[in-house]
Amino acid sequence: MHELSIAMSLVELAAERAGPLGGARVEAVHLRLGALAGVVEDALRFSFDVASRGTPLDGARLVIEHVPVAVFCGRCRDARVVEGFPLRCPVCGEPAADVVRGRELELTALEVSGDGPTDR
Amino acid sequence: MVPRIVEVRQAVLTKNDALARDLRRRFGAAGVGVVSLVSSPGAGKTALLCETLRRLRARYRVAALVGDLATDHDAARLRESGAPVRQITTGTVCHLDAEMVARALGDWDLSALDLLFLENVGNLVCPASYDLGEDLRAVLLSVTEGEDKPQKYPTIFSTADLVVVTKLDLAGPAGYDDVLARQALHAVRPGLDVVRVSVRTGEGMAEWLARLEAGLARKRSARCRA
Repeated sequence: MHELSIAMSLVELAAERAGPLGGARVEAVHLRLGALAGVVEDALRFSFDVASRGTPLDGARLVIEHVPVAVFCGRCRDARVVEGFPLRCPVCGEPAADVVRGRELELTALEVSGDGPTDR
Repeated sequence: MVPRIVEVRQAVLTKNDALARDLRRRFGAAGVGVVSLVSSPGAGKTALLCETLRRLRARYRVAALVGDLATDHDAARLRESGAPVRQITTGTVCHLDAEMVARALGDWDLSALDLLFLENVGNLVCPASYDLGEDLRAVLLSVTEGEDKPQKYPTIFSTADLVVVTKLDLAGPAGYDDVLARQALHAVRPGLDVVRVSVRTGEGMAEWLARLEAGLARKRSARCRA
């Protein structure tokens, strides 16, 4: 279960980015999570609550945007979203190994309220 | 007061990624090829690595870093090959990360090596997220594990450069079906290179070593072009 390690990295990164916002309170942390990131949402949510306790992120919501897997189809010369496996182009059926989306594990935004300097 | 959104857009594992980039630069500058081995516990990473080190020692200067939750048993086994080996004990952590590798390497003179192997902790889930700066990631699948394992753990198999099917001498008794295994592997990573070995009988070992050399040569020429 590496979700705890990941949650700790997420809290550390979010706190680092929230620091320059002064006294602003972090209401929510927005995360993009790819279907092939190898991270289990429930385990991450549980770990996030544990990891954020006693930090500036304490009480913040975790807002997750799921990113489906997309592959680049060499025949169609285009990125295509795939539903599950096998990885193949849903249009022409060509097997496609080049995953162009779906591995994301990215802090996209912080939702903040209260005092503190405005956005940089 | 209405909350406002502050955009960030940064990878959660950005620190690991940056450390892995530093490692990759260091490996490249030292001219050492780096291969990581990943599998579930008991798939035969240490046995494969032992035999690999033993066979490659005649031609290359080889070494290994081995990660384990506890004990240095695997490091002791690997040292029997005669190659230099360093142990990383991760405690409760279920995977290696770039910082652990950097710390274990310390000031090791990597230019004195041609090949360095990183044996990850036995785990098919967590190691997938952590770049270690390696040139090649070899994922092992033993014939006793079930051919559908790649579909149960698609993330790690989809990040593999090469898959090694191990314990081939047990394929008969285990009822291993190579066609099913390849279907499962190619479902998560079309075109994935697969090599089958038995450390016990030596079957497939020469091919595994040839694939390693070819894979590293490919990476090296890509690095030179970059």
